[in-house]
Amino acid sequence: MSSADIYRELILDYYRNPRNFGKLEKFDIDARDTNPLCGDEIEMQIRVGEGEKIEEIKFVGKGCAISQASASMLTELAKGKQLEWVKQVSKEDVFKMLGNPDLGPSRVKCALLGMKVLKTGVYGYLGAHYEDSDGSDAKA
Amino acid sequence: MLKTEVFDVEKVREDFPILKRQVHGKRLVYLDNAATTQKPKAVIDALVDYYSRYNSNVHRSVHTLGEEATAAYEAARGKAARFVGARAKELVFVRGTTEATNLVRYAWGEQNVKKGDILVTTLMEHHSNIVPWQLLAKSRGAKLKFVGLQPDGTLDMGSFENLLSEAPKLVAVTHCSNVLGTINDVVTICSRARSAGATTVVDGAQSVPHMPVDFGSIGCDFYAYSGHKMLGPTGIGALVGRKSLLEEMEPFQGGGEMIKEVFLDHSTWNDVPHKFEAGTVNIADAIGLGAAVDYLTSLGMDKEREHEIRLNDYALQTLQSIKGFHAYGPLDSGKKGGVISFNFADVHPHDLATILNEEGIAIRSGHHCAQPLMNWLDVEATSRASFHVYNSYDDVDALKAGLQKAGAIFKI
Repeated sequence: MSSADIYRELILDYYRNPRNFGKLEKFDIDARDTNPLCGDEIEMQIRVGEGEKIEEIKFVGKGCAISQASASMLTELAKGKQLEWVKQVSKEDVFKMLGNPDLGPSRVKCALLGMKVLKTGVYGYLGAHYEDSDGSDAKA
Repeated sequence: MLKTEVFDVEKVREDFPILKRQVHGKRLVYLDNAATTQKPKAVIDALVDYYSRYNSNVHRSVHTLGEEATAAYEAARGKAARFVGARAKELVFVRGTTEATNLVRYAWGEQNVKKGDILVTTLMEHHSNIVPWQLLAKSRGAKLKFVGLQPDGTLDMGSFENLLSEAPKLVAVTHCSNVLGTINDVVTICSRARSAGATTVVDGAQSVPHMPVDFGSIGCDFYAYSGHKMLGPTGIGALVGRKSLLEEMEPFQGGGEMIKEVFLDHSTWNDVPHKFEAGTVNIADAIGLGAAVDYLTSLGMDKEREHEIRLNDYALQTLQSIKGFHAYGPLDSGKKGGVISFNFADVHPHDLATILNEEGIAIRSGHHCAQPLMNWLDVEATSRASFHVYNSYDDVDALKAGLQKAGAIFKI
């Protein structure tokens, strides 16, 4: 797969016009992480509603097109879902959401940073600890 | 092939086996030389020859192999020293520039820096010329201060003079910025710093591989460089120091080789430079560095400098015609090393590097281990193309075509 396929219209659109970009005034979850390789940075905030549902979700960040588009698309996917759903989300789901681009080992972490932040925040809220096995496994 | 015509680049390229390789089915266009350079066959052969003919520990062996290895290791020290206008006894082999600055931080800094002292470095430094001084400041209760920059990416000498009036204990500065390419006037800086009573450290990681360097005329106390950025192996570099200063200093690491005599309650130290080379040294890579010095010397460092000035000229002229291209640092090729940091419209450097990689082009993207400088430039990251002996105008043209492809994909 060529880079023309990685940087499809969809990714570029989310990179330049990120949905759910910004901060929440009231939130129950606030998580942030960086990818030291690229300097990618993502912070996500979530307001949890009745039945442990993701009532509102927003993110801010900076970095490459893949990291920013992936985080933005993930917030859209997560909105309205129950927190349990976040625990089920896998790296395969994220790749599928991005159109299964062939990212190569050095860029996979960019794609998965948003998911890492989302999971870290939700696991923390649920009183659990999230081990980032997905990202580091994918690196190899 | 378009050539800079300073020397025969086509012939030079034949000396580097790796340049025959293809990446994604394309000719390898290697423009990441500020990170590390490729190795000529002469360097690879020197390593193979050492391991297959006279591998042995040095200095303590009486047998033939040991004598040959010792002679080759010490000959390499002489070459590495002469290459920068220093004497063999002034040159300590280290892993690279990072280990060199850390050696100074421990062996000189812990003894000489006191509570309340001022240490000075600059905003354009690589982390290896910032973090050791932060650690030193923390352990000794000293204060680390930074020389600012002017808008064109050169040092603000006014801010430097202001800091000198605070009588700093140390001035640490890079000879050439690994991001902006700025070549600093280290002769003036060191002379001013020494009259203010400061000990001076110059980071030569980006200068020694690219231009003639003379330790004596720079007038610094310490000068550091890395072998792998100048066609040599990884894991070897040099700290050159004023001999009287090296003699006064405490050792860096303790162990074999660095001692003269060991008793139960104390030890005495070996002569300089061996006092700073504890344990079995990196014999093979030192010999490899010696071979790299021979190779560069045969091409001529003044010629290499001229070759890079022409590449800089051609690259700046070629790339600046592309819409969205923005270069950082001095734009006068005669005042900068062979490195161009840039951004391209709103394409993040890592996305650009991914697209270029598909064309067989290797560039660097990121913060280049210079986060304070990135903050000063007010960017998260930059892309960087950097040159060496085997680069040609063709490589610059390939980069231009790659940028145009990225422009098409990102619809710029």
